[in-house]
Amino acid sequence: MKRLIAFMSLRGADVLSRAQRSRSVRSNISFNKRLLRAVALATTFVLIASCAPVDLNAPMPDFETGIDPDTWAQVPAGEFYFGQHNHIETTDAYEIMVTDVTVSQYADFLTTARSDGFIKIVNEEVIGFYPGDEFHGVKHEERIAAGDWLFMPFNDPSIRIVATSKISWGAQEGYENHPMTTITWFGAWGYCEYYGWRLPTEMEWEKAGRGTDDRPFPWGDEILRENANFYSSRDPFEDMSSFGSRTSPVGFYNGRTYGDYQTLDSASPYGLYDMAGNVWQWTGDVYEGMHYRFLRGGSKDTYDMDLRLWVRNNATPAYFSPGVGFRCAR
Amino acid sequence: MQFVKDRFSYLFGSTKGLILVAIAMVAVVTAIWGMLSGPMAEMGVREVVIKALGMKIVQSEREGRIIILYHSIAMAIIAIETYMITGLLKMKPFFKTAINGVITIGYLTTMVFGMGFAYFGPNWAFHGLFITGLALIFFAGVMLCVALYPWNPEYYITDKEYAHTKKGLDMERVAFFAAAVTTVVSSLFGAVPGSYYGHGFETFLAENIIRYPEKTAMEYSVIGHLHIMLALIAIMITLIIGRWLNFKGLLHKIAMPLMILGTIVLNLGVWGVVTPLEPIAHMIIYVGATPSMFAALLLLIWNWSKLIRDNTAHIQKPNFIQKLSGLVRDPLKFGPAWQMLFMNFTTSGIGIFMAIKLDEIFRVWPAREERIELTGHWHALSAIIATIILLYYGDMLGLKGKVRQLYGWSIIFLSDLALSAVTIFEMKRLFISEAEQQPLVNGLMYAIDFGLGMLLVLLAVVMVWRLIDLFKPKGRWTEEQTQELAQEVIE
Repeated sequence: MKRLIAFMSLRGADVLSRAQRSRSVRSNISFNKRLLRAVALATTFVLIASCAPVDLNAPMPDFETGIDPDTWAQVPAGEFYFGQHNHIETTDAYEIMVTDVTVSQYADFLTTARSDGFIKIVNEEVIGFYPGDEFHGVKHEERIAAGDWLFMPFNDPSIRIVATSKISWGAQEGYENHPMTTITWFGAWGYCEYYGWRLPTEMEWEKAGRGTDDRPFPWGDEILRENANFYSSRDPFEDMSSFGSRTSPVGFYNGRTYGDYQTLDSASPYGLYDMAGNVWQWTGDVYEGMHYRFLRGGSKDTYDMDLRLWVRNNATPAYFSPGVGFRCAR
Repeated sequence: MQFVKDRFSYLFGSTKGLILVAIAMVAVVTAIWGMLSGPMAEMGVREVVIKALGMKIVQSEREGRIIILYHSIAMAIIAIETYMITGLLKMKPFFKTAINGVITIGYLTTMVFGMGFAYFGPNWAFHGLFITGLALIFFAGVMLCVALYPWNPEYYITDKEYAHTKKGLDMERVAFFAAAVTTVVSSLFGAVPGSYYGHGFETFLAENIIRYPEKTAMEYSVIGHLHIMLALIAIMITLIIGRWLNFKGLLHKIAMPLMILGTIVLNLGVWGVVTPLEPIAHMIIYVGATPSMFAALLLLIWNWSKLIRDNTAHIQKPNFIQKLSGLVRDPLKFGPAWQMLFMNFTTSGIGIFMAIKLDEIFRVWPAREERIELTGHWHALSAIIATIILLYYGDMLGLKGKVRQLYGWSIIFLSDLALSAVTIFEMKRLFISEAEQQPLVNGLMYAIDFGLGMLLVLLAVVMVWRLIDLFKPKGRWTEEQTQELAQEVIE
């Protein structure tokens, strides 16, 4: 330690001779070269690690959660705390899906909706009619006109729907009970519309997740890794060294043990699952002066802070992602 | 007792001591609170720190906590810049003592009680003391403006090497004065909404409401406040570095009026955000930012030309390699301007690119992606300002030889490695899909964690060294007690 202090306390002579200066310069240049080599080596390592290919179809653990995605939860009319600052708001009574819409459910929709002419398949894309929004010409607002809009692409590598024949579709093996993703707001809206339902408003979504108290998470005040699927939550579906975080089956976090992985029962007060994490969920509000649609719930790709029930995200209605899904209300 | 008195006198009575204390405080806050997010949270370190320190983390208070954390760190940085100004510029001794004393009590009060309030249970007395600390810093700012008043003939200059009017008005002092006055005024844009807290104004983070077409005047005020305060901290450190390096000559005469003009117009634009001028406020901001950045470029050109000239003076006709070698010979003198240039890659460049392609690219992505770009680029700017301060501090310490090289180049390489990775991370969606990004994200995270982690280790080594030094009867601190920054301006 003494030597270190002595070394660091060195205060070179103010005036160096030319020979001393030359030696010092050579020494510094040599030192800089070594430093540069080390940095170049580290950079190469990082670059190599960063360019590794990702197997998007890596085997997916197959777990039956016991939660039926066809069930609906009843939410009574009344007041509830809305938003981070607990504003008191009111909703009418409504029903909302207990889970996100699954890949299997959406595949069934594609099959029947296509045969009914509700959707079309054009250039490897599912498109459908949307009646459009009122345009107010506000800065950054984009016109959403009546017409055919993208519901979902078929050519995206993250798509988990596979064709079972020329006119029917099914879920990729292992993904049957996973939330449907890579779906645009139009695709989510179209699904609900087709069955006579609708997307929940932001208020309905939050009340369904929060109940009537001011909890930040559907299950209570704190979040543990066994509560939800979020970024680096060490669930059985993720591998952060390769493909990263992946979706979990709907209703996975229900207190069951899967192999050696114990989950906590993380249902909301009204019995909804996956209201925090797994996938962001489209909501139905169309706000004046903006074309963005709002997403709630956080996802497998976000930190726990985004899983708080009042956190809002938004995107253009034509946006799709492997981290975005939806559920319907009626 | 004398032992403590002497050290206290150095730490709180000398410019270098005050700077050391403030850097140490920032280092401690950064080290502890850096463990509550990012990879540290992923590894479970966050939970250990929360339990070990007895923190009370309430989910709904996260945004408020972060705002207080930012203010605590920013106030220490503002204090450091103030110490540098009072150490570098001529002013009455009374003002120097008063400003340094008030701002020291101010930032320490802000930091200790602010962080106490935010992270250890909402004790409202602590909140009051946090506000008291901020008020003291404001008062110190007002005193600094008075002390810097450039129209006092006492501060007129005649040296033709420096920008001045025919009467002798020191344009560099005017630039400092303009930055100080606008900083004091701009702080009010945060203080006013803050005073409405609990009376209708609610805590928010600007990056979370960017896409909302309707914002209240209070929200615009806060958004303007945070942007201009960071910009002014950057402008002030540019002026400080210019003074330390003894910026002069023709480029100085061009740069100083530009810096004054840029500072004033930039502020008018930002203040205009809360007025009916809001629709054209961004245009005014661009008009103001351009001369400021051009002035910084002139400082860079002058600084680098001088380094090349001085370090190749012994060579009759230096070639390119010799010039380059001369330029980078001293990382502490080369580094500040380099970091300013690098800032264009991490901050200005990204900002301009985002502004041009906003609706076409960035607003097609989800808001959370846009948030990453926004928070990333101003975190990068803050980090760059911190590295510039550390580079200057290295020179203040009188580091020589290999230690100087190691210290200087480590700061430059480590921070630039981390911030380059941050910038790529922000922009990753331009070239990689969400589904395929993980290996890239991992690689970038290695670079960010390594860069910032090692930078903090370096800072820790320096702080430990300075702590050990304080226990030595004839340590470096005894010399620093009487040294003043103005005497060390490079000739």
